[in-house]
Amino acid sequence: MGLVGKCAVVTGASRGIGRAIALHLASEGAKVVVNYSGSEQKALEVVEEIKNNGGEAIAVQANVAESDSVQNLMKTAIDTYGSIDILVNNAGITRDNLLMRMKENEWDDVIDTNLKGVFLCTKAVTRQMMKQRSGRIINISSIVGVAGNAGQANYVAAKAGVIGLTKTTAQELASRNILVNAIAPGFITTEMTEALPEEIKETMLKQIPLAKLGQPEDVAKAVVFFASDSANYITGQTLQIDGGMVMA
Amino acid sequence: MSTVFERVSKVIVDRLGVDESEVKLEASFREDLGADSLDVVELVMELEDEFDMEISDEDAEKIATVGNAISYIESKIS
Repeated sequence: MGLVGKCAVVTGASRGIGRAIALHLASEGAKVVVNYSGSEQKALEVVEEIKNNGGEAIAVQANVAESDSVQNLMKTAIDTYGSIDILVNNAGITRDNLLMRMKENEWDDVIDTNLKGVFLCTKAVTRQMMKQRSGRIINISSIVGVAGNAGQANYVAAKAGVIGLTKTTAQELASRNILVNAIAPGFITTEMTEALPEEIKETMLKQIPLAKLGQPEDVAKAVVFFASDSANYITGQTLQIDGGMVMA
Repeated sequence: MSTVFERVSKVIVDRLGVDESEVKLEASFREDLGADSLDVVELVMELEDEFDMEISDEDAEKIATVGNAISYIESKIS
């Protein structure tokens, strides 16, 4: 797909979907900044795996919900690789609860990381991308941000917000050749979905026409596509990767 | 050594593609020089690079004319 020499920053890349995205971008030739919040060991393993496959990567700790932390992340990326060509806003957390029982801090934590984090990271790379007159921003939303999901009011609000933010950012930056798209994964096999109760998983499976969970690689391949020259005329879109679960 | 006006003028001519004769102190970037809001943001970025300074968002919002830009820069570098 021709990402050789490009620098990609992937937030929340130590585990799950983010890890698969980092590995796939690297296998296409991108130099990857593997961001993590707490899982240093896991992040270093991702870097190690990329290097073993002949790629380039570094691990950088940053909390995407904190402005100073994000500034440092992007500065490290530019100081190390000289540019930021691709930003993948993937970092996300869950604090599930019924709306009636949801505590204010559960709401705030999820909005801060999953929505404000996308804003802060996007803002922090726009200067660099505007100067370059090119850039790709790929936001990882969720199918629940499109369809809603009981028990996840905070997560759903944040992920729906990411879709709106994607469209606005795409409109503001299109004239500078910065393309912004979102991906809305359905149920993908990760630690986040493994944690769900068995009965919920079975109910979910019944709603998926392809009758199976997706893999992190299914999402990572779409990220590579959006980052590549194959997607030169696509911006402001949300691609659902959900086995056909939600058809608008 | 070029004057502040000459250096600012060059950045504006390069960025906005206007003629040097249009770059007057009272000229508004948006009204007179055809810049959109994103152009003004970029212009401020390039002035930061040219003069090796940081212009805060609050200050940047007050820079609407060529004269505004020059007096701001002169107040910071002198």
